[in-house]
Amino acid sequence: MQDILLNLWISHKTQIVFVIESFLKATIFLNGIMAFTALLTLGERKVSALMQDRIGPNRASIFGLTLGGLFHPIADGIKLLTKEDFIPEKADKVFFTIAPIIGLVSVLTCFAFIPFGNHIEILGHKVRLLIADIDSSVFMIMAISSMAIYSPFMGGYFSGNNFAFLGAMRAAAQMISYESVIGLSLIPMLIIYSSASMSEIVVKQGNLLMAFIPAWGIFLQPLSFLIFLTAAVAENKRTPFDVVEGESEIVGYFIEYSSMRFGAFMFAEFVEIILVSMLSVTFFLGGWQVPYLSENGFNFPFSSAISIPPIIVSLLQVASFAIKTALFSVFLLIVRWTLPRMRFDQIMSFCWKFLLPLALANLFITALILRYLGTVRL
Amino acid sequence: MNTFEKIKKIAAPGIVEKAEDGRLVLNMGPSHPAMHGIVKIYLTLNGERIEDSDVEIGYLHRGFEKTCENINYNQVIPYTDRLNYVSPFINNVGYALAVEKLMGVDIPERAKYLRVIMSEISRITDHLTCIGANAMELGAFTVYFYLINAREALYKLGDSVAGGRITPNYTRIGGVSRDLPEGFEDEVKKAFSILTKNLDDSEKLLSRNRIFYDRLRNTGKITKEEAISYSFTGPLLRACGVPYDVRKDEPYLVYDRFDFDIPVCSEGDNYSRYLVRLEEIKQSMSIVKQALKQIPSGEIKNPDYNVSLPEKKDVYGNIEALIAHFKLTFEGPKPPAGEVYFPVEGGNGELGFYIVSDGTHKPWRVRVRPPCFPLTSALSRMIKGGYVADIIATFGQLNMIGGELER
Repeated sequence: MQDILLNLWISHKTQIVFVIESFLKATIFLNGIMAFTALLTLGERKVSALMQDRIGPNRASIFGLTLGGLFHPIADGIKLLTKEDFIPEKADKVFFTIAPIIGLVSVLTCFAFIPFGNHIEILGHKVRLLIADIDSSVFMIMAISSMAIYSPFMGGYFSGNNFAFLGAMRAAAQMISYESVIGLSLIPMLIIYSSASMSEIVVKQGNLLMAFIPAWGIFLQPLSFLIFLTAAVAENKRTPFDVVEGESEIVGYFIEYSSMRFGAFMFAEFVEIILVSMLSVTFFLGGWQVPYLSENGFNFPFSSAISIPPIIVSLLQVASFAIKTALFSVFLLIVRWTLPRMRFDQIMSFCWKFLLPLALANLFITALILRYLGTVRL
Repeated sequence: MNTFEKIKKIAAPGIVEKAEDGRLVLNMGPSHPAMHGIVKIYLTLNGERIEDSDVEIGYLHRGFEKTCENINYNQVIPYTDRLNYVSPFINNVGYALAVEKLMGVDIPERAKYLRVIMSEISRITDHLTCIGANAMELGAFTVYFYLINAREALYKLGDSVAGGRITPNYTRIGGVSRDLPEGFEDEVKKAFSILTKNLDDSEKLLSRNRIFYDRLRNTGKITKEEAISYSFTGPLLRACGVPYDVRKDEPYLVYDRFDFDIPVCSEGDNYSRYLVRLEEIKQSMSIVKQALKQIPSGEIKNPDYNVSLPEKKDVYGNIEALIAHFKLTFEGPKPPAGEVYFPVEGGNGELGFYIVSDGTHKPWRVRVRPPCFPLTSALSRMIKGGYVADIIATFGQLNMIGGELER
């Protein structure tokens, strides 16, 4: 028996290491995201309270310890789990049940392609901080996140409720429309960095423009950034584009959902905030790059260099990615609590009559400039 | 059974009613977040367009008018608090003025000024609630809190004067219940500085906000002629371009002594209503400031023993006062037989009290002309042809107050 295992180890060493490594990375990264999402639900309530002259949640306690409301995500989770799980008579049980699952799965899968750090040395083994490094990861993310449309659509359509039905129709139209804008806003980035691999795009953002500006997407393509941000918020179904939910109009596609099924929709929405933040950070804000930090330490453009051990560099890069994502998430929360909701037809005409032509023009001009400049040396 | 048939089977009974012509029948309310819990709208939708609608009211009917027939004139005043519970002082004032007109009594100057001051503060709270709730329903939740904070400062003012935030029960027939507390002017200054700051912040977030503008502009539109034929009053009528305001056209109390403007817009849509309300808040603030400057000192109620309760020391000190106290407490004032209609300018428009007296101490009939009743009756007309989302903007700008609509 031992011989067989040993032989297997010797013959398939790389594969086994790869599987274990991927499994560990996925576990750590996804759990990190889950924890971050839970904190974000609290963060949303705290940020909105801060903006609105309120105190915000601060009552959930364990043995009298509140920690400023830190236990509220746990309390929310327990509350949702213990609510009655209700399926309306007119609903289709199968579709009704799988709708929230599709939403959560399709959003969570996207995180497999996002590099959350460069690489790290563990036991002499070089581990790339990315779950699935494939050449076309940008397109994979687009494809998988498109699946998320099915979640509100199915949830709304098969609830057997007229309000949910309206929500489902709005969801389908809005999300499909903005999906195309997201794609078109990212293509200039792919042209500029001449790659469709997320990890490569991030590596190329570590270069410097004119020897002192980091070659981040936001400096090379600010317009793309704005278009992407707008479309991503719309795709995320949050204010000002939250007509799908529209709690004061149609109450939302999830009107018939209760208990953890509803929780899954809510959770997926928050995970999506993090996904949008991470994508924005990856494409436009340099991903895990720290300005002027290379493999052996800081190299400031006009002064001396500071050398730093590689393990610290790796950790700094992961921390940089986490901090950028967190700040960007808070920015999205602030946007959500500032703007009113648009009307459904205004959202659609904004997409097709303004954003899409703008994205196309941006793509065309970018391509034209690159054609005459030749490839950018990145 | 293939998927299409399955979907059709699920869809047919519940989801799409009248599926053959593509129309959808939707019951909006009464338990719907934008319907304030008490109004139901039957909608016939074509896509998201409203083809037809039917507004059903009556979920908050409390029998105010019938109740008034069984209690004496002074006991009605606490019930008027609950008519328009966002601007209770105006209801108090309107009712008291109507009864005083019926009895033919006058009230002291100071009481008139006090009534004006409290009415104008109430008008501000009414408009703040309307704009704030409307903004909240349109998704701008933060603005709601800014305006509600300002409203709270004003409620505290009312509390300090009348002893109640939303049920002040302030007026009495022949005067008011209490005089201003010490340092009221400074409190007003403080409250108005909070109000100005919060209002400025909200204006910055809303007035020139493209999304908010697009949601309100050209929605819930009604023409001048139609508005008049529906007997609109108040901000909604003024938003159509008719400068009708009871305070200017039939001045009551001391409104003719103040310098203030009646804001008017010409479009007749929700955005005009929003602008009119915003400007009215500023005009009301100016009225309160002027009134505090002009207010004379003196009595706060009519000293006539047939109208208002005598002082406590007189009750204990002389027999006439004791008898008057007994008669007023057990029976209340007795207006002569007759009928009277008295309008005041409420937060939403003309608030009228029609009282018929048969000479006893109880009103024979009390009828309220609620300003938001004609507005709500035109809701169906205003939302027709619009989108579902426009209902929220229009209904919010109507400022329908259930307590006053259904009484």
